[in-house]
Amino acid sequence: MAQAAVEHHGGGSEHATSTGLPSTKLAMWLFLASDCLFFGALITSYVLYRGASVQGPFPRDVFDIPYTSVSSFVLLGSSLTMVLAVAAAQRRDLGRMRIWLLATAMLGMTFVGGQVYEFTRFYNEGLSLSKNLFGSTFFVLTGFHGAHVAIGILMLLSLVSFSYADKLPEDAGFPVEMIGLYWHFVDIVWIVIFTVVYLIPTGNPGK
Amino acid sequence: MSSVSVPAEERPGLLRRPTAVTGLWSWFTTVDHKKIGILYGLTAFVFFLVGGLEALLIRSQLAQPNGKLLTAAQYDQVFTMHGLTMVFLFVMPMSAAFLNYMIPLMIGARDVAFPRLNAFSYWLFLFGGLFLYSSFFLGGAPNGGWFGYAPNSTTDPSPGMTFYALGLLLAGIASTAGAINLGVTVLNMRAPGMSFFRVPVFVWMGLVVQMLLAFSLPIITVALIELLFDRRFGTHFFDPAVGGDPLLWQHLFWLFGHPEVYILILPAFGIFSEVLPVFSRKPLFGYQFVVFSGISIGFIGFGVWAHHMFAVGLGPVANTAFGISTAIIAVPTGVKIFNWMATMHGGDLRFTTAMLFSVGGVMNFVIGGLSGVTHAIVPADYQQTDTYYIVAHFHYVLFGGAVLGIFSGLFYWWPKVFGRMLGEKLGKVQFWLMVIGLNLTFGPMHILGLQGMIRRTYTYPASLGLTFWNQVATVGSFTIAAGVLVFVVNAVSSLRGPKDAPADPWDGRTLEWMTSSPPPVHNFDEIPTVHALDEFWHRKYTEDKSGRPVPVQAGASEQPHPGGGGHEIHLPGPSYWPLVGALGLQLVGYGIIYGWWLAFVGAALLLVGVFGWALEPSAE
Repeated sequence: MAQAAVEHHGGGSEHATSTGLPSTKLAMWLFLASDCLFFGALITSYVLYRGASVQGPFPRDVFDIPYTSVSSFVLLGSSLTMVLAVAAAQRRDLGRMRIWLLATAMLGMTFVGGQVYEFTRFYNEGLSLSKNLFGSTFFVLTGFHGAHVAIGILMLLSLVSFSYADKLPEDAGFPVEMIGLYWHFVDIVWIVIFTVVYLIPTGNPGK
Repeated sequence: MSSVSVPAEERPGLLRRPTAVTGLWSWFTTVDHKKIGILYGLTAFVFFLVGGLEALLIRSQLAQPNGKLLTAAQYDQVFTMHGLTMVFLFVMPMSAAFLNYMIPLMIGARDVAFPRLNAFSYWLFLFGGLFLYSSFFLGGAPNGGWFGYAPNSTTDPSPGMTFYALGLLLAGIASTAGAINLGVTVLNMRAPGMSFFRVPVFVWMGLVVQMLLAFSLPIITVALIELLFDRRFGTHFFDPAVGGDPLLWQHLFWLFGHPEVYILILPAFGIFSEVLPVFSRKPLFGYQFVVFSGISIGFIGFGVWAHHMFAVGLGPVANTAFGISTAIIAVPTGVKIFNWMATMHGGDLRFTTAMLFSVGGVMNFVIGGLSGVTHAIVPADYQQTDTYYIVAHFHYVLFGGAVLGIFSGLFYWWPKVFGRMLGEKLGKVQFWLMVIGLNLTFGPMHILGLQGMIRRTYTYPASLGLTFWNQVATVGSFTIAAGVLVFVVNAVSSLRGPKDAPADPWDGRTLEWMTSSPPPVHNFDEIPTVHALDEFWHRKYTEDKSGRPVPVQAGASEQPHPGGGGHEIHLPGPSYWPLVGALGLQLVGYGIIYGWWLAFVGAALLLVGVFGWALEPSAE
């Protein structure tokens, strides 16, 4: 969506739209609503197969709740820096905007890095995509979330480099706000995933 | 919309934007919704011919007991590809063609909200379709039915169902992008004065369809990803041996699959709602009823999916609930039927080919709708499920309803799109061939199904007594094929003829008839201001005391615009990047089957496309 946000610089702001909302913003909301069902179906698959694995490792064998809590707070903290980036961009303060965008991207990369580390540790403890249903559902759900975060990081870094190349539109606040919407959405989805996957006990009969 | 342009010198880009707006190359870089609509329509029609040939193969195989034309394995591929082609590569993109071309014209806009995204949707649909068909040469086409039930689809050793998962994912991304684009277009690009209840019904149905797409496609996306991972990366989503549940596939598939049914039929409902009033010279009876029943079909459509699964043993409570919701969804559909009948009642009817196809479409849809209600009765469905009775039902709905609706739309809007009329005589020959053919083909399937002929069977023994009606169905299918051939002749001879269609050949009611045929690239010299539903009609006619339409005294402003001006209007320039990005995604698809290096090449190409797109100078 980065390209859509950047290309239409200001969406419909130069052209009156029927709803009064810029078309790009409406499109972003529609995309996020659609993406809700994407994660909804993935989370449903995970919940359906809770405790259905016939062999370990089970969630309680591998989860390290304090570790994942810290990386979750890192991701949630990035929503704050994102807000500050949008505010700076709307003030046309490009210097601050770059700082906060980079901070957001760094926090996102810390989260993704933590996820890569976590996946590696789980794998070494015997949990893989093909090991059991927990492995299949866990890696696919959290992996697709991680991919969303990675795409968000790519868009944030693109914004920063576009701003150095003077490729941002006059109204720089608009594309930053659009990517901010995406970023907050991905954060909120993680709150649901963290709660459902890590915090609610599984009650696995196998163990 | 980048309607305000900045001169190229002021915004130097890394890469030049293509400039050609005519000639062959312009079709590869176009972002004009009209050209993209024509590309969609042409591509979908070619897929229709291919899917039709597959249908003829199926009917030839079944014309005799113990048919030897196809082996069982070949038959599986042919019927699967027939279904996939007709659903995903013909009816959906043909609807996209109409919606693409007509929505901006009918709401008084110059283009869709995101012209380059529109081109991207088209190219990705084309590459997804070619990807699916390339499987015939790469080890075997999909062979597990268009519904791809697990665990048959996860365990089949041929690569066909991997192509199925990836091909539908590609087409799904294309449709999602298109849904967001067209949805925003309707919400945000309406001409001044066009409030929601002045929007033509075809556009309304288009909006409902885009919402259905936006909220049902992500569900099948997840199902296809799970199928792909089961086949390719060893996950166990649908593997009962380790606790997985094949029913999860059925739930996810039909949670998409039933809204999909309405995605296929609602554009045809929109066409009926445009054609019937024009050729009855009356406004649509109960416009708001038709709109609201379309919306409620959209909502209820998400609550009926398990009626495809009555026989899998969900239990009496679930079966009863879904039986009831299925019976309920017949109500808004019935409302529309009565509205269309009331529209024709007392009208000044003109039976042009477009009108014939709409009337025929409504009638044949009613037959399919009635047999659909019989499926809502759970005990009856136990007898009907997986028999030819089901095949009869959905072909009446999809061929009798959607395909006849599409041909009605083709005859109705052809002069607007190409500036030439289609032959009425050949059109009527085609209509009767198709209506007789479809009833000969699909009517007997009710009987075959009730006699117990199972679906998807590649042959049957003579002793079952199924031969006669199968032969009738085969004769019918070739009759339909003759009708399609007549259309091809009609279309080719029309395109060879002179461009002599008037701007408003049918005495139309909606804005697209105000501009020239074909419309200028900027659609309207001046964006019309809308004062009423059926705006164009009210500009041409007023009413006398008894309510009859009386032509308005000739006023220059009421005449269709000739479309000669508009030189100062800036439209978004053409672009290569949608094509590049779509090609990259297709390579990612092949890469997932044939090796990571290819997927990386594809991903790199996709990134090049995305960044080229984002950095493209917006100048003309």
